[in-house]
Amino acid sequence: MTIFGVALLALCTLIGVFLGDLLGVALGVKANVGGVGLAMILLIAARSWLLARGKLGHGVKLGVAFWSTMYIPIVVAMAAQQNVVAAVRGGPIVLIAATVSLLLCFACVALLGRFGRPEPAEDAQIRHGGAVIGGDLDDDDAAPVAPPHSVGKA
Amino acid sequence: MLHMIEHVFVEQSLVAAFAVVGALMLVSNFASRRLTAGRVHGSAIAIVLGLGLAYVAGLYTGGKKGVADLPVFAGIGLMGGAMLRDFAIVATAFEVDVVEARRAGLLGVLALALGTVIPFIVGALTAVAFGYTDAVSITTIGAGAVTYIVGPVTGAALGADSAVMALSIATGVTKAVMVMVGTPLVAKLIGLDNPRSAMAFGGLMGTVSGVAGGLAATDPKLVPYGALTATFHTGIGCLVGPSLFYLTVRAIVG
Repeated sequence: MTIFGVALLALCTLIGVFLGDLLGVALGVKANVGGVGLAMILLIAARSWLLARGKLGHGVKLGVAFWSTMYIPIVVAMAAQQNVVAAVRGGPIVLIAATVSLLLCFACVALLGRFGRPEPAEDAQIRHGGAVIGGDLDDDDAAPVAPPHSVGKA
Repeated sequence: MLHMIEHVFVEQSLVAAFAVVGALMLVSNFASRRLTAGRVHGSAIAIVLGLGLAYVAGLYTGGKKGVADLPVFAGIGLMGGAMLRDFAIVATAFEVDVVEARRAGLLGVLALALGTVIPFIVGALTAVAFGYTDAVSITTIGAGAVTYIVGPVTGAALGADSAVMALSIATGVTKAVMVMVGTPLVAKLIGLDNPRSAMAFGGLMGTVSGVAGGLAATDPKLVPYGALTATFHTGIGCLVGPSLFYLTVRAIVG
């Protein structure tokens, strides 16, 4: 049933955020430390566990996949409620601090990305993930050995 | 008549938001195909449109939450708020290639460290260049350059001036907006086309909204990898901002 997938996702999110809060308290920080990241790791573990026992049914996959396909629309809604006026009116100090740190960080991405071993060929699972998060659910049954699928709509 | 439509939008706020965002995506995908021949991702256009609408709405209402400050579009606030945003981000983890993510784990940690230290130093130096001399203000503005949550959390912990806090938040928001818009533009240049570099990107950029928007606009398949590291960023920033960073700054400026 689809609700099992949604519930699994909800459970992982709740536990992850709770653990993040606990970690914050333990470290004496007034913030959640990595709650969403911990929730993601929990969900990955849950998937492997279900997969190994052959319990990863269509409904469970659908329940989670639906929310990944909603990711981009949700991000668009998020963009529409940013305090853009404050960003535009920030003045030179804001602009300089933001731009310079951004440029340096972009440069670091280029540097770190080239570190280490040569790029392995992109596998089907990564491509399938891109299609789902891009908003496509067509080849749901064929996962994770989906046929080559155009990523997103680009 | 108009009043009745408005009433429906207010009462069915989340449902209305689905319809509005769907329409926005439709227009953006159409523009992507027809006006740019598919070169610019539909989601990139939608995000920029969203930011544009947030600007216009912000000018009109004088509020801080963009379109969501208009009662008719309050549902956008729920749909794009932290709860559903985090829920959808966690869902993308279902598509993660575990081997790939684990292989880039150390890289992610390194990126997190750099992504916290570099913006802080830049922000702090900018504050000094603009005449701030006290350790609290310098640290608060520097922390704002990390993310717009680290800034006010640090400022509140240190008891910073409210004008400085506002500046700190504005720096973080500006950075997030720039990441959303700038990432697809520089993606090719910085080699952002595989899970490894996406994990480095998430750790370095930090701001969850910036990373979420920037990667969505660049290539959806990279989203979970970037999000995995980015979500640790704010917590780490809030940890070192009022402690390690503040003490270091105080030791330097006295």
